Amino acid sequence: MSTHAHALRDSMTMLRRNLTRARRYPSLTLQVVAMPIVMLLLFVFVFGGALGNGIGLPGAANDRGAYVDYVTPGIILMAVTSGAISTAVSVSLDMTEGIINRFRTMAISRASVLTGHVVGSVIQTMVSLVLVVAVALAVGFRPHATLAGWLAALGLLTLLAFALTWLAAAMGMVAKTVESASNAPMPLTFLPFLGSAVVTPDSMPAGLRWFAEYQPFTPVNETLRGLLLGTEIGNNGLIAVAWGVGLSLAGYLWARAAFRRGATR
Amino acid sequence: MIMINAPVRPRPEAVTAEGLAKSYGDKAVLDGIDLHIPQGTVFALLGPNGAGKTTTVQILSTLIPASAGRARVAGHDLLREAGAVRAAIGVTGQFSAVDNLLDARENLLLMADLHHLDRREGRRRAGALLDRFELTEAAARPVATFSGGMRRKLDLAMTLVGRPRLIFLDEPTTGLDPRSRRTMWEIIRSLVADDGVTVFLTTQYLEEADQLADRIAVLDHGKLVAEGTADELKRQIPGGHLRLRLAGPSELAAAAALFPSAARDDDALTLDIPGDSGIPALRAVLDTLDRASVRAEALTVHTPGLDEVFLTLTDRTPQSGAAVNSLQENAR
Repeated sequence: MSTHAHALRDSMTMLRRNLTRARRYPSLTLQVVAMPIVMLLLFVFVFGGALGNGIGLPGAANDRGAYVDYVTPGIILMAVTSGAISTAVSVSLDMTEGIINRFRTMAISRASVLTGHVVGSVIQTMVSLVLVVAVALAVGFRPHATLAGWLAALGLLTLLAFALTWLAAAMGMVAKTVESASNAPMPLTFLPFLGSAVVTPDSMPAGLRWFAEYQPFTPVNETLRGLLLGTEIGNNGLIAVAWGVGLSLAGYLWARAAFRRGATR
Repeated sequence: MIMINAPVRPRPEAVTAEGLAKSYGDKAVLDGIDLHIPQGTVFALLGPNGAGKTTTVQILSTLIPASAGRARVAGHDLLREAGAVRAAIGVTGQFSAVDNLLDARENLLLMADLHHLDRREGRRRAGALLDRFELTEAAARPVATFSGGMRRKLDLAMTLVGRPRLIFLDEPTTGLDPRSRRTMWEIIRSLVADDGVTVFLTTQYLEEADQLADRIAVLDHGKLVAEGTADELKRQIPGGHLRLRLAGPSELAAAAALFPSAARDDDALTLDIPGDSGIPALRAVLDTLDRASVRAEALTVHTPGLDEVFLTLTDRTPQSGAAVNSLQENAR
């Protein structure tokens, strides 16, 4: 077998291992799904009326239905960031166990350990996204996307999931403890709030508005909104993909370097 | 004159190392050690905590790079052919390297997959290893519920899935109860006898090295301070003596006159004659007693135990002479 075939086979083995682990230890997975769903219910039923009215959604005076449509793309992004936390935790957990040193002394593809984690986490994240969208539909989310729009949205979210998962895997690698690994991706989960996820950046003070317009989640959020609800995308699509590719690459290189560096802890 | 570069060796060597060193900053953990371990033997690296045993295993098993020195492991250069080294070795570290969320059989099958065995062969080997290590009944239980001894057995079983030719065991019995320790020893012996593997073992227990190893090297402060078989090491330490027990004070006085260097104990009626425990030395003592017609009640041979060797060799005092003296005082 060639080196690439080995790498693929080893990555598949590691992926199977991680999916089994995820099934055996479901509390982490549940947490990933629960966080965005709680957020969704909170924003729709508690803040929805006031916010929908306050940000002046077109034709949505005090209408929860319109706000569900506005907030759901942002909640979907929160589900991706929530998945990142679980990646960091599971990578860090793995690094503190002795088995990782066993893998390092075996003739297996070096990358497979991390690839298995990342692909496993992306699958977990995508499953949780399906659940989040299902709950959103149940509480009144009414997208009018074409099949191509759904597929493009799926592609964009997969790219974002890969980007954040690689970053989180690197954070899990460099974290000294599992606790610090779970804290490291926390800022990521706040980024959607500081963008266009919950309210329009127009309502923010100047400095914050500037940040909201240029941080990576806003173009992703606007592209997703456009794909699912038919709002204006403009050049946000291109910027979103660029961010996704850039962050994926940065996260991958960081994680790989961290894995090579830390033989033992 | 023509120098022959490759000396004739009876057996190819599983590990050769020259000047292996590791330092973190200016702290030398391993200070240039040489190793020659023939295939099919058990080699024990013995030393107190912090001597550099684990570091040695980590370097030789490709886990961390050496700061200096060269090594060949299982016939491959450690640095340039790390992949080939990894394919030939198995490592069971000091801290258990099992997946706690999987069960025992899944752990073994994971190893089979990573060794690219086909499904059938993987299942066969996993089943055989579970039988061999008496883990079949616990095969479907999560490893998190295993006792220390069971985990250690599973850990070793996982190492064996890939049929390594050279196995590193870093303190394989530390923390085990005496019964589990004996089970582990039996397993290690059978690895060498039945499977013909080479075992590189680190331990802080002298008894373990004495029981298992063909050759023992004593590591202290990152340096090898002695190497040899258990008997050779014991012989390196003066302090052996022949102890004569005599019937009464007059016999003791007569015997003491024959051996001026001996230490007498008037209460116990014994006489300790320093010297090695070889047959000629023994015969000489008996002949001297015979010629003088002094009758001894009993004669016992005292060789220094490996404990004494260990304490002497790893003594913290810089002069070895002082260490030997303190040992002799202890022996009295």
